[in-house]
Amino acid sequence: MKVNYCDALVIGGGLAGLRAAVAAQKKGLSTIVLSLVPVKRSHSAAAQGGMQASLGNSKMSDGDNEDLHFADTVKGSDWGCDQEVARMFVHTAPKAIRELAAWGVPWSRVKAGTRDAVINAKKTTITEDEDRHGLITSRDFGGTKKWRTCYTADATGHTMLFGVANEALKHDVDIRDRKEAIRLIHEDGRCYGAVVRDLITGELEAYVAKGTCIATGGYGRVFKQTTNAVICEGIGAAIAIETGIATLSNMEAVQFHPTPIVPSGILLTEGCRGDGGILRDVDGHRFMPDYEPEKKELASRDVVSRRMIEHIRNGKGVPSPYGFHVWLDISILGREHIERNLRDVQEICQIFNGIDPADEGPKGWAPVLPMQHYSMGGIRTKPTGESTRLKGLFACGEAACWDMHGFNRLGGNSVSETVVAGMIIGNYFADFCLENDVTIPTATIQKFVDAEDAYLDEILSYNGSESIFKIKNRMKEIMHDKVGIFRDGPHLEEAVEELKELLVKTKQITVKSKERAGNPELEEAYRVPKMLKVALCVAKGARDRTESRGAHSREDYTKRDDANWLNRTLCTWPNPTDLEPTIEYAPLDIMKMEMPPAFRGYGAKGMIIEHPDSAIRQAEVDELREKMEADGKDRHEIQDALMHFDLPMNYKERNERAGDK
Amino acid sequence: MSNEQKGREITISVLKFNPRSKVSKPHFVDYKLEETPGMTLFIALNYIRENLDPDLSFDFVCRAGICGSCGMVINGKPALACRTLTSSYPEGKLKLMPMPAFELIKDLSVNTGKWMDKMSKRVESWIHSNKEVDISKMEERIDPDVANDTFELDRCIECGICVASCGTMLMRPDFVGPVGLNRVARFEVDPHDNRTSEDFYELVGDDDGIFGCMSLMACEDHCPKHLPLQNKIAYLRRKLVSLR
Repeated sequence: MKVNYCDALVIGGGLAGLRAAVAAQKKGLSTIVLSLVPVKRSHSAAAQGGMQASLGNSKMSDGDNEDLHFADTVKGSDWGCDQEVARMFVHTAPKAIRELAAWGVPWSRVKAGTRDAVINAKKTTITEDEDRHGLITSRDFGGTKKWRTCYTADATGHTMLFGVANEALKHDVDIRDRKEAIRLIHEDGRCYGAVVRDLITGELEAYVAKGTCIATGGYGRVFKQTTNAVICEGIGAAIAIETGIATLSNMEAVQFHPTPIVPSGILLTEGCRGDGGILRDVDGHRFMPDYEPEKKELASRDVVSRRMIEHIRNGKGVPSPYGFHVWLDISILGREHIERNLRDVQEICQIFNGIDPADEGPKGWAPVLPMQHYSMGGIRTKPTGESTRLKGLFACGEAACWDMHGFNRLGGNSVSETVVAGMIIGNYFADFCLENDVTIPTATIQKFVDAEDAYLDEILSYNGSESIFKIKNRMKEIMHDKVGIFRDGPHLEEAVEELKELLVKTKQITVKSKERAGNPELEEAYRVPKMLKVALCVAKGARDRTESRGAHSREDYTKRDDANWLNRTLCTWPNPTDLEPTIEYAPLDIMKMEMPPAFRGYGAKGMIIEHPDSAIRQAEVDELREKMEADGKDRHEIQDALMHFDLPMNYKERNERAGDK
Repeated sequence: MSNEQKGREITISVLKFNPRSKVSKPHFVDYKLEETPGMTLFIALNYIRENLDPDLSFDFVCRAGICGSCGMVINGKPALACRTLTSSYPEGKLKLMPMPAFELIKDLSVNTGKWMDKMSKRVESWIHSNKEVDISKMEERIDPDVANDTFELDRCIECGICVASCGTMLMRPDFVGPVGLNRVARFEVDPHDNRTSEDFYELVGDDDGIFGCMSLMACEDHCPKHLPLQNKIAYLRRKLVSLR
């Protein structure tokens, strides 16, 4: 048995994992990052549109600050988020973006003078002040009060990932790619690392560390149609729940993005609509203003996705061999804008669909349909990023339910979360590794490695008639058909039952090649049961949550039910032979909220079953605010009195802005 | 389009070889399948793995031309498989081989990550600066055009297609490759990086670096991100040759 010891083990080499690793390495810890693929190929690279941070530099973002970003994030979450975490996040985001600039991310900058923009389908002229020239600029995204999304054209994730990965190289972080963690090593309620399979040699190794941080991204690939990369299979979340101790939270909160292109499912960034692109139906009619007169195409993603499907159900979809879709029209932005700021979008349309979206009229319209995009749920953590139940296990990025997104994430807040969580959680994680020792006996480590070794042999010895590929595809179909944008009790019940049957069938397969290395079918055979466990958490969580909140939309329970459901779903898998997760709930305490539950400002009104504490807390908040304002206290002092939050390092310092007086 | 309409039959011929196996020898295997509308090599190869040959190894991640995982040699030319439409080949025959210049893992899968890490460390692919940055304070101002110029060179996805296309690579295994020279050009433009021409000369001022390029142009011809590789290499060479 090969045992690799280090201080800090990070599983996952995307933006969150790499940034956390830099934090650990900078504190003098020996840090190893494990990644399925070369880290610069991580799914973070696919983020096109941008990263939210309230810099307030450009004309349309002037006056922005943490308070506005916080309010947008809480509303966006449909009050499902942890407000303390949302505060930590919005306060650190401007620092994250400035740090990235210093690391070489070539953020698009404010150019003084006038420029043309399209706002609400109308040509508008924006004049940028001379004194803002050269500062980081931002664009509009859905559900935000100000233009807050900072970007590098439409390759933001790519430039950020390369910036952070290069910084990790600079600090000599030990990055090991083509390594897959398949089981967590733990004893007495504490995590000590993972059993890891080398994807080239097939060898099993143990990685033992003082602390382990999972940053493996989301689980979009349990759905048939998704914008996610093929590596986003939720294995990180699965190995956490397979400990029987760590919990997964809010797994039913799955976001569908309005504008992936049909049929490939490749994402056309929200920047398309942020920059002024509009949605059209079979008649070429712009339909979003009919449903959402105020926010139109820029309502939050869950709302736009549902309105699109609603409109298609009303008979206004465009028929195609792949079913009905609607059109995304960005030609109104003009060729010059598209060729500079939406170039990847243009290339995707050209290569995959033979369309030039800069062509005016129907010729340039791209077929789009909502598809799975983001997993709000994940490994439940405290605000420090540590698992609430398994000591020494941390999680950050999309793999985690740190819970700043609640039940719906705003565009631009996920790439932002990756680095911000990498900074905050990375530092708490590093402190844990500094303060704790490895005390696990090697015999225990051996036991974990042997168990995985025996499991792989068991898979190779299966002699059944099922195909692991067919099981996987059936799972994806079930999730798409029955656990999608619109949900209801009977279909969710069917989904849970069918997924359980599939989980049983994963032992009734035959893997043709008996090689332990270079055997893609063997990899599917150990991954798919893990994916099914994740899928079951999503389906069962959705079945049991009899309300609609954010992206979780029940046609049989259409209201957001704060009276009964203002809580977090917690899934565990106590017994490995169980066929479904055990579900509990943890309430969100309104009396500790800075912003008690209210109407989001978009979507249908009057769809809330209110909690009595909302009004009580609101009165408290109003009274305190009024009193402190009268006493001449500033917004930072008032905020601290309403809901205190902590941050590591010097991240609590106030963010300087060009608009400061 | 009716559901009964059948696509043409295409043949995808793949080089199969497992260098870790004592018995495996490089050989081509032909797979015949029905073409579907908009079929890419991502769709086709996954179909083959799920239905015809579960042992076939290849690499995809984003399947959208963004991550650079799926470079392979397609009918003699290196390209991203995810962005390759089978319909672009009127004969209906596609011959796939792994990219040369990289360590072969198995079949179509090559170890670009190992190569790129070495290149990144060699050209010290990170910002060199002695400025202390206080991230609570306003960011340094960068001219928007300069930021854009940096971005234009930062768009490289390390797919390795330029390396697989490169004549010099065949003769000089230690050549830093177009991707490495582009990286130097990228940091040379970035105002955050304080390195001087002399510093860059130290890194790439030899025949394994900027003076090894024979200007055959295939790197730029095949680059899926259309990076101006030849222009930048020529510019750097002029700049660094003056230091000799």
